[in-house]
Amino acid sequence: MTASQGPWRHPEFARGAREMRDVALGIGAWGLVAGIAMAKAGLGAALAIAMSLCVFAGSAQLAALPLIVQGAPLWVVWATAFCVNLRFVIFSAGWRPYFEALSRPRRLLVTYFTVDFTYIAFMRRFPQPGAMSDQLAYVAGNATVSWCAWQGMTIVGVALADVIPSRWGLGFAGSLALLGITASLLIDRGTWIAAAVAACAAFAAFALPFHLNIVVAIAAAMAVGVLVDHFAPPRPKGEPSGDAA
Amino acid sequence: MTTWQTIVAIAGLTVVSIVTRGFFMIPERRVPIPPWLREALRYAPLAALVAVLLPEVAMTGSHLIATWKDARLYATATGILVFVTTRKLLGTILAGSAVLLALRSGLGW
Repeated sequence: MTASQGPWRHPEFARGAREMRDVALGIGAWGLVAGIAMAKAGLGAALAIAMSLCVFAGSAQLAALPLIVQGAPLWVVWATAFCVNLRFVIFSAGWRPYFEALSRPRRLLVTYFTVDFTYIAFMRRFPQPGAMSDQLAYVAGNATVSWCAWQGMTIVGVALADVIPSRWGLGFAGSLALLGITASLLIDRGTWIAAAVAACAAFAAFALPFHLNIVVAIAAAMAVGVLVDHFAPPRPKGEPSGDAA
Repeated sequence: MTTWQTIVAIAGLTVVSIVTRGFFMIPERRVPIPPWLREALRYAPLAALVAVLLPEVAMTGSHLIATWKDARLYATATGILVFVTTRKLLGTILAGSAVLLALRSGLGW
């Protein structure tokens, strides 16, 4: 942390950045769409960009935006964003053992910059806690790429809101990035079953407000995943069956 | 909302981002997490992605897609095919987007 050379000199910084590079295209596409949406919602360019730079949470921003524009009570705006962000609360339990040794402000600084993809890439790179300098450099590299892709393209989206036709379907590039990442996580029977359960639960609970169906899907998938791990012995290696999402 | 109210709203949303992302980072002592829950955490990001993805690729409003003339079906299928065969994210995004754009502008799906 306090070494004379910055984390960007550390080899893990380059690795973290590299492993975010392809995802950055999807994040950038989302950022563009979010920027367009924010500009079109009538927030004004300056506030839209300020929101993106400070809040740095695309789905929460897009959920809170119409409420702000409609003049909903502040607590409703914040409660909505909190619910949409609940998955990060769950992820933060996963982060804890890795960054325990840091001071509280530094712990919060690290997690503030970690989006879903950073969590996934990091846990793949460090299945067990490793050297703190390696972990920090990896997160820094990874988050720098995602932050720049998101913020840069959001600002472009705000600027170009009236020029880009919506039928280009740019938002779908973000969904395709999600699709690939989801597929890459389907590595064994437990993950296939968990994904199928998550899809069913998310659909069944779709009518819940505040995107709470995401939390229902996470809880259902975690519960079933653990049950499968413990009570159903894995089959001999072969094609994983079952279809998901 | 007035400009000032909006600024307060944005400031509060920033706090929400910090608190939710760092929720279990806030206490000074580690909150004990039972082992089964720690194991279960490995399924959390996957489930979150599936739940976020579902309405984007398979739903219109609050219903499953009920028509064949939806460009997303073919773009999704293309994306899955490219990813399964190449394991490359970039190709998945580009191929799927190309199919979507072609069907939307060519056939109006």
